[in-house]
Amino acid sequence: MTEIALRINGEEHRLEIDVRTTLLDLLREQLGLTGAKKGCDHGQCGACTILLDGRRANACLALAVAHDGAELVTVEGLAAGDDLHPLQSAFVERDAFQCGYCTPGQLCSAAGMLAEAEAEGVALDAAEIRERMSGNLCRCGAYPNIVAAIADVA
Amino acid sequence: MTLDTSTLAPAVGLPLSRVEGREKVMGEARYAYEQPIEGVAYAAAITSTIATGEITGVDASAALAIPGVLAVVSRENAPRLAEVDDGELMLFQSSGVAYRGQIVAAVVAESLETAREAAAAVALDYRPTAHDVELRSGHPRFYKPEKVNPSFPTDVAHGDLDAGLAAAEVVVDATYTTQPIHNNPMEPHASLAVWEDGGLTLYDSIQGSWRAHNEIAALFELEPERVRVISQHVGGGFGSKGTPRPQAVLAALAARIVGRPVKVALTRQQLFSMVGYRTPTIQRVRLGASRDGRLRAIGHDAFEQTSTVREFAEQTTIATRHMYAAPDRLTTHRLVALDVPTPSWMRAPGECPGMYALESAMDELAIACGLDPIELRIANEPERDPEKDIPWSSRSLVACLREGAQRFGWEGRDPTPGARRDGRWLVGTGVAASTYPAYRSPSQATARLDADGGFTVQIAAADIGTGARTVLTQIAADALGVDPSQVRMEIGDSDFGQAALAGGSMGTASWGSAVVKACEALLTQPTSSAGTGQQGEGEVTVNTADEVKALSKLSRHAFGAQFVEVRVDADSGEVRLPRVLGVFGVGRVINPKTARSQFIGGMIMGLSMALHEESVMDREFGDYLNHDLAQYHVPVSADIQEIDAVWVEEDDDELNPMGSKGIGEIGIVGTAAAVANAVHHATGKRVRDLPIRLDRLVD
Repeated sequence: MTEIALRINGEEHRLEIDVRTTLLDLLREQLGLTGAKKGCDHGQCGACTILLDGRRANACLALAVAHDGAELVTVEGLAAGDDLHPLQSAFVERDAFQCGYCTPGQLCSAAGMLAEAEAEGVALDAAEIRERMSGNLCRCGAYPNIVAAIADVA
Repeated sequence: MTLDTSTLAPAVGLPLSRVEGREKVMGEARYAYEQPIEGVAYAAAITSTIATGEITGVDASAALAIPGVLAVVSRENAPRLAEVDDGELMLFQSSGVAYRGQIVAAVVAESLETAREAAAAVALDYRPTAHDVELRSGHPRFYKPEKVNPSFPTDVAHGDLDAGLAAAEVVVDATYTTQPIHNNPMEPHASLAVWEDGGLTLYDSIQGSWRAHNEIAALFELEPERVRVISQHVGGGFGSKGTPRPQAVLAALAARIVGRPVKVALTRQQLFSMVGYRTPTIQRVRLGASRDGRLRAIGHDAFEQTSTVREFAEQTTIATRHMYAAPDRLTTHRLVALDVPTPSWMRAPGECPGMYALESAMDELAIACGLDPIELRIANEPERDPEKDIPWSSRSLVACLREGAQRFGWEGRDPTPGARRDGRWLVGTGVAASTYPAYRSPSQATARLDADGGFTVQIAAADIGTGARTVLTQIAADALGVDPSQVRMEIGDSDFGQAALAGGSMGTASWGSAVVKACEALLTQPTSSAGTGQQGEGEVTVNTADEVKALSKLSRHAFGAQFVEVRVDADSGEVRLPRVLGVFGVGRVINPKTARSQFIGGMIMGLSMALHEESVMDREFGDYLNHDLAQYHVPVSADIQEIDAVWVEEDDDELNPMGSKGIGEIGIVGTAAAVANAVHHATGKRVRDLPIRLDRLVD
């Protein structure tokens, strides 16, 4: 066991952790933040995507002990209180999910992706959004609506 | 009591956003594994590393020595379970191994990390025996099952197929194969079990809490009312969560052994063995027709696999029995029990692989007759259900084909294969028909007037992403004559009583009928004070078993057509799909927003079957080799370009109070054939083995 500090959705946490614990299991099992999902535990599906120091990352591939002092934003931290993030509103309006299990990862990935595109000065058309969102699997096949929702915000 | 409902616009037909949408985008919707239960312990499953044989020893000592380990569960210490039909649920009841990847032991520990470490430390000794895991034509152990899933006749014959083929002017005789496909819902199967006073509460990723509670009760020899199954949110299932899966039994057994709540989630890898998959098939289709395309003989023989644990006989040729008429017809199914995991339901079991073969053969027949494939289908449109010789409740296949042809720009299509090239791309278009039955099954619903003047409606439905919670809210609102915001729809709890599964595309039809009946009964209940805005005791519970039994003898099916444009890279064989369109006749569409999502999702899964997905059996070790999402390819966003779904007007008052047909499965049926037909049109290559891999297109 070891102790680390993390800032999660704006809140400071001092945590005692098993050194084998991933950020994903830390969030889900120790902190009750079950928004980030476990779909494959191997970085292959993107359901666990969070923003780690501002960049999108697969929380299932990140050992918590390696990220002492990091800042995390999960799907629970996207909204400003009761006001949904524009991506969240667009996902609801566009029906950009069915079962909802990939949705937190899609949302965090989209938020990170929009910031990346802005920093790179890349214009986001549908093809560019599809390419940049292809690390997040959706088995229900909501892709057309996900792309439309992101395009609404981009 | 009565309500003045004359001024309220109906909610059914409106594109309402999902009622649980906000919860889902906030990350607040809790799935089975995520329930905040105090003191929960973690179980990890240990699976067999041989394909067949016997476990000769379990050495748990090293595992038990790890701090935090609560128990190692195996045949040596697990309680006995009552024998049930589904052998996949009989965990730890025998020392035999029926397939590689079967649960043979488990660890329960204080933490997930410890459970996984200890699972690796349990040493199992085996005595392996020779295995046979390969479905192949001419297998000596093919047999004729008594029936096919769930209770269709195995073989159906009309007239004399051989005579019909002999007399036909044009004959197509082709063999098609489809690959094993794994459902792979994004949420891996998970269960959390809590025992209290001898009763069990199970939070489960399940498509039908009521049926599950009966099956779990039988297994543990409990009165059904002592078992409660809860499934508030389910992260997809596509059939693989239709009935309890082994992890539910593991959670319940482990929780009983350690005397604490226990939860378990299968790993993605474990989803490739124990939760079901679509069987591979070998299908021979024989069509005989006159030169003008009129069918006079239809033959469809399916060969498929099951396991030695439980017989699952996919109903692959049943759609062929009613799609087109011909005097001479024969449809058959043969099965072989291999040393493999048990195949099970996957989105449109039967119709999906069967219609790939039939609709590919129809395309081949159109070419052989020199006919347009749409005109061939229209020429063979049957006036009555040809299998049962009864009328259709409605059938809009021709309308779908014509509407689709017009929207897609089919007219003037040059049928010549391999004749259009745009730079390095070979371009083609294809069409196929689609069908799915409109089932209904008995369900119970309760409607209640609440103290605040709103209404609560309860039914043990499951929303696995279908939009069930939303459409039932709309249906209830109209039946009560109130705005949808005044309806609290509660689902996913076996305590709400008998209910259909979220399967067989029968959810909305079954549950909606019960919801309408309960709401109407509440409004006419003499003691009810509904609508008065005052506190009331009004509550009514109804069951639709009598109506379902009394349904008139009609053939009830949805129909549709898919249109696909493909571009095939002339050098690499890469297939791209710039345009996909589905047109469906499904009665009344309750929510156009969620319905469109369902159709498109089904079609994407069909495209994926055509081009991407394939579970590869390892003959030597008896395992599906590519058992993760890096090696098993499902489509990503970049694979999906322009895709749309629309529907034709269809009024059918012989279905249910809503006039609706199920829409969850018809999207996938036919899509793979439309892709294969378009690939033929583009390249001149008829791929009869799915998926259409690069190596099957490049010489």
